[in-house]
Amino acid sequence: MKTPIYFDNHATTPMDPRVLEAMLPYFSEKFGNAASRNHAYGWESEQAVETARKQIAALIGANPKEIVFTSGATESNNLALKGVAEMYAERGNHIITVATEHKAVLDTCKKLEKHGCQVTYLPLQQDGLVDLDQLRESFTNRTILVSIMYANNEIGVIQPVAEIGKMCKERGVLFHTDGVQAVGKIPVDVQRDNIDLMSLTGHKIYGPKGVGALYVRRRNPRVQLTAQIDGGGHERGMRSGTLNTPGIVGFGKAAELCHQEMAEESVRLRELRDRLKVRLESELDEVFINGSMEHRLPHNLNMSFAYVEGESLLMGINDIAVSSGSACTSATLEPSYVLKALGVGDDLAHTSIRFGIGRFNTVEEVDYVANRVIETVRKLRDLSPLYEMAKEGIDISKIEWVAEAAH
Amino acid sequence: MAYSDKVLDHYNNPRNVGSLDKADPNVGTGMVGAPECGDVMKLQIKVNDSTGVIDDAKFKTFGCGSAIASSSLATEWLKGKSVDEALAIKNTDIVNELSLPPVKIHCSVLAEDAIKAAIADYKKKRTPAAVEATA
Repeated sequence: MKTPIYFDNHATTPMDPRVLEAMLPYFSEKFGNAASRNHAYGWESEQAVETARKQIAALIGANPKEIVFTSGATESNNLALKGVAEMYAERGNHIITVATEHKAVLDTCKKLEKHGCQVTYLPLQQDGLVDLDQLRESFTNRTILVSIMYANNEIGVIQPVAEIGKMCKERGVLFHTDGVQAVGKIPVDVQRDNIDLMSLTGHKIYGPKGVGALYVRRRNPRVQLTAQIDGGGHERGMRSGTLNTPGIVGFGKAAELCHQEMAEESVRLRELRDRLKVRLESELDEVFINGSMEHRLPHNLNMSFAYVEGESLLMGINDIAVSSGSACTSATLEPSYVLKALGVGDDLAHTSIRFGIGRFNTVEEVDYVANRVIETVRKLRDLSPLYEMAKEGIDISKIEWVAEAAH
Repeated sequence: MAYSDKVLDHYNNPRNVGSLDKADPNVGTGMVGAPECGDVMKLQIKVNDSTGVIDDAKFKTFGCGSAIASSSLATEWLKGKSVDEALAIKNTDIVNELSLPPVKIHCSVLAEDAIKAAIADYKKKRTPAAVEATA
């Protein structure tokens, strides 16, 4: 077993060797510009791009013509939101989204607000799910777009996307979803879910970084977008720029592999995740799962370990690559905004760890991670004055803390 | 984030972890920080009546590795010092000794505060009224 063990598959995934193999020729001998119409080099690249388009479309139940290649999901989110806001400005200016969206959606919304859009940021319920009644009440006659992620990157909670899509369709409002954490991991179907726009990326599905796509519905309704990058009119005019052929080929291959292997892989990952969860829950007291377990990606576990601080926990398990919702690990010195939106107190948000299990993780690794986490939490609790007080029966929430020094 | 070797050493082998009897008149207890801020330090000193020297020091810390190291180091430094010498320990001494980066300076501040709080608690216990009450 090789350390550090990679358990941060929501951040990015290692590239599948089969993907790399598919890409390699397009860096060297097959270097043509997919937009070159006059020679075999161009045709060869164009054909490779069209194959990838089909592979990606097949994974999400779309038509290949509905796939617009971008540099990644951040660009796709920007294009979807800004492109719709600009194109449909005469119809309305109201957008509905959720407080726990990725910053690529939230910061884009903030910018759109400066340009006259009105944005409703829905809160979440304690289990991380959107309240559909609250969503229903948020529509106005000026609403043009709803943007709600398929599954959350921190807590892995899967939103009731099909219901949201239906609600939008009934009202003639476009529905965009950031699908990067869900696509390739659970079955996603743009027809079943009534999705009009969906952001995708290569590097979360064992493909390369720097390549993504935006699904843009062509029929019922035909979604139009104002391009955000102008130039040669590539990608049906929605996204100019010479196509990243090797990246696109890799993205396509990665999508094909997910399509073929997802059913089996998700069962295996769920077993690994549950094995980790059972170990941690049975051998440690005062651990808390953040977000719904029922509506959750099979490979995600987000847990708070009361009375130990997240960064010191990460330091103790420094041979394991995971993420923490703790303040100290981020540049902002704020605990995770996603956990805060769930109503998780700052104290527990500071002690949270996100485990993201992936294609290349093994049972041995899960057992190793469980052992290391259990041993480190126990050690840190022996060090923790809070754990000591809790064991003495002192209610920590009732103490008046002298906290000025910490800021 | 890269930690200095000294921070790693204190994190892996924290010195003087534990608790002293809060009710002992010779023990001063300082508890500073807040769980919401991600740091709570409890630091205790035991002062020898006859010599006025700190015989023992213990800590427990909820916080990042730098906070644990800062409080662990503080207990090492406190042992053998008089109360007045202990009051002279500055957070910058801790920053220098542990090579703390700027974002971790608050950990050293907290450790200095914990020292001061423990000494204040000890002195409060030693005021005549308190001595009588506990005698």
